Amino acid sequence: MTLAIRELEAKPELRIDDIHRFLTERSFPIVEGGSVTIVYQGHADAVAMRHWIQGLPSSQPLQRMHGTDLWFVVLDIPAGSRIEYKLEVTERGHSRLIRDPLNPHLANDPYGANSVVHGAGYEIPAWTLPNPEARPGHLEELELTSRAFGDRRRAQVYVPARYREERRYPLLVVHDGGDFLRFAGLQTVLDNLIHRLEIAPMIVALIDSDRRLVEYANDERHARFLHDELVPALEKRYPIVASPSARGLVGASFGAVASLSAAWAHPGYFGNVFLMSGSFLFTDIGEHDGGPAFDPVVEFVNAFRANPGRPAERLYITCGMYESPIYLNRSLVPLLQATGMDVRYTESRDGHNWENWRDRMREGLSWLFPGPLWMVYE
Amino acid sequence: MFPADVVVLGPQRREPTVRTATREVARIDAGKRARIAAITAGWEERESEDGELAEHLGDPMTNLRLFERAEDVFRRDPELLHAMLAHHTRLKGLQKLYRVRLSHALDAARTLLRRDHEDDDPDLLEIERTQAIDDVRRLDAQQFTRLRELHVGFHSKWKLNERASIGRHRAEIEGILADCDALCIAGGHVLILLNRLRMFGIASLIGSRPIVCWSAGAMALSDRVVVFHDSPPQGQGNAEVIEVGLGVFEGLVPLPHAKHRLRLDDPIRVGLFTRRFGPSICAVLDGGTRVDWNGRKWSAQAGTTRLCEDGSIAEIGQ
Repeated sequence: MTLAIRELEAKPELRIDDIHRFLTERSFPIVEGGSVTIVYQGHADAVAMRHWIQGLPSSQPLQRMHGTDLWFVVLDIPAGSRIEYKLEVTERGHSRLIRDPLNPHLANDPYGANSVVHGAGYEIPAWTLPNPEARPGHLEELELTSRAFGDRRRAQVYVPARYREERRYPLLVVHDGGDFLRFAGLQTVLDNLIHRLEIAPMIVALIDSDRRLVEYANDERHARFLHDELVPALEKRYPIVASPSARGLVGASFGAVASLSAAWAHPGYFGNVFLMSGSFLFTDIGEHDGGPAFDPVVEFVNAFRANPGRPAERLYITCGMYESPIYLNRSLVPLLQATGMDVRYTESRDGHNWENWRDRMREGLSWLFPGPLWMVYE
Repeated sequence: MFPADVVVLGPQRREPTVRTATREVARIDAGKRARIAAITAGWEERESEDGELAEHLGDPMTNLRLFERAEDVFRRDPELLHAMLAHHTRLKGLQKLYRVRLSHALDAARTLLRRDHEDDDPDLLEIERTQAIDDVRRLDAQQFTRLRELHVGFHSKWKLNERASIGRHRAEIEGILADCDALCIAGGHVLILLNRLRMFGIASLIGSRPIVCWSAGAMALSDRVVVFHDSPPQGQGNAEVIEVGLGVFEGLVPLPHAKHRLRLDDPIRVGLFTRRFGPSICAVLDGGTRVDWNGRKWSAQAGTTRLCEDGSIAEIGQ
C-alpha cells in the first residue's frame, strides 16, 4: 500500500489545489494500517512531534515536502495504540509547543490538552461515553476534620443510581478523584458500568490532596487518614459493607504509590487495590534519579521489595507500554504474585495519561468488584 | 405441565407492551378493568418501587411482595435461613465445579467449529463437531440433574409448605391470586426471583390463571434456567445452566436483551448455542417481542426471532 503522503510527494508538479485537496479530503493524522502520518501546514524553520513514548526519541522531526509549507512524519504505530503528542514549531529561533491544528482529537489533563492519535484498531470504549439509558448517580460533599493531617479534608462521594439505605454497598476510595472526574470521565464510567451490571453499585469516595507529592509518597498520615478517619466517616454516613473484601483503593501514578503504601500500612484492611501506572521507583544499587520527591517512594518500594507482603487479597495492576514506569511495574508484579495475593496484571499500548487510566477502568473494576451481569435480566 | 397460558415478552422498561398482552391473555373486555397480581421480587430491595409498572399496566395491580415476605420469613425462622444459606453454598460450589468442565468442553466445541484445515476430512470433522457438542449437552444435563437432586433433597428435608413462617404468607398470596385475572412476573435477579417463587410455592398456586412475564421472570418460569453473556468484561462468556426452573412452560430458552448480550453476528457462537440447547427455541427477546405458550406449543408475534443451528437468526415459525 502506498501511503497517501507518498502519493502526494510523488506528483511531478505539486499545485496548491493538490495540497488543498489532500488536506480537505481526509482526516488527520492519517492512519494507514500500522503507519500514522502526522502533517502540519505552515511557515516554520523546523517542526517536530513531541511525545512521551518510552523507547522512542521524545522528539520526532517532521520533514518539509519540497517546495511547499507542508511538513510530515510517518511513524510505525502498533495496532491498538493511543498516543498523545504536541507539535513543536520553531520559527526565527523561537519554539512553541502547540496542539496539532489538523487533529480534532484532544485529551485533557491538568496541564491543558494534548493531541491524540489513535492507532489502527483503537476505539474509544463505548462505556466511557454518556449513555442516556444509564441511570445517573450523583455526587455529594463530605467534609471532615483530620487529626492525622491536623486540618479539614473534603471528599466528593459518588452515590450510585437507585441508591437505597437498606442496601449495603462496597466502597472504593479514589486518589486524585477530582482529576479522575475531570479527565477520565469517572462519573460517566461508573454510571455506565453499573448500568451494564458489569460492576457492583458502589459508594466511591473521591479524594484530593493539595500536596500529593508529599502525602501520596508513603506518608503515614495519609494511611492513618484513610484507615482511622475517612473510611469510618463514610461507613457512618452510608450503608457500606464493613468488610475488607468490599473495600478498595485506586490510584494512578503517585496515587498508585499512595494506594499500595496505605494498604500496606494496614494489611488486609483494604481487600482490593487497583494500581495504575504506579511510580514505583526503586534502586538496586546507587542513587535514584527521580529527585527529592521520590526519596520516600524509593525508601518504601525498596523496603517492600526486600520484604514483600500481602497488603490486600486482590490486586489489579496495569501500566502503559509507552510510559517510563513500565519497567517499574513489570519489576513489581512477580514480587506481588509471589506473596500469594490474587494479582492480575495488564499492559496497554498507551502512555502516562488520564485516558489510558479511563480505558483501564472496566477491566480493573469489573474484576475487583464484579457486578451481577450474569444474574440480572431486567 | 401447568395449564396456564403464558405470554413471554421482551424487556418492558423502554417498550412497554404488558398492558395489551395482559388484557388479551386474560380476555378482558374493552371498558372493563382487569385485576392484576404482580411479582417484582427480582428487583430485591426495590420490589415496592413498582409505580412505573402499575402505570404501564393501567389496571389495578396488587404486588405479591415476595421479597419482603421472604425477609419476614428469614427473621421469624432463622433455622430455615441457615439451612437455605447452606443449600445455596452447595449450589454455588456445584456451579464452580461444573464451570471447570464446561470451559474445556466449550473450548473443544468452538475450536472444532472454527476449524478450517484443508486436509481435514469434512465427514470426520462433522462427526467430531457433533460429538463435542453432545459432550457439552451431556454436561449440561448432568448439571441439571444434580441441581434437581439437591433441590429435592433440600425440600424433602425442610418441607417449606408445612412451615408456619411461610404458611401465613402463602395463605395471603393464595387469597390475592384467587381474586386476580392474571399474574405478571417482572425480571431482575433471576436466582433471587426463582428462590422466592419456590419458597412460596407460586407454581402450585397459579392454577389456570394466565401469566405475563419478561426477562428474568420468563427465565424463572422455564424448565431450565440458562444464564448467558457473550462479551462479559471478565471470562470467556460461557452460557451456563444455572438452575432448575419452575417448569411452567417448556421448550423455550428465553434470551432477554439478546442484542446486547449475545454476538448475534457470530454464526459459530449462535450455532453452538442453538445446537447446545435445542430442540428448545432459543428466543431473541428484545424490546417489542412476544411469544405465547398455550400449554402445548409456542406461537410468536411477527418479528420475534430465534437462533438457528446454522448460525443465523430467523423469525419464529419460519
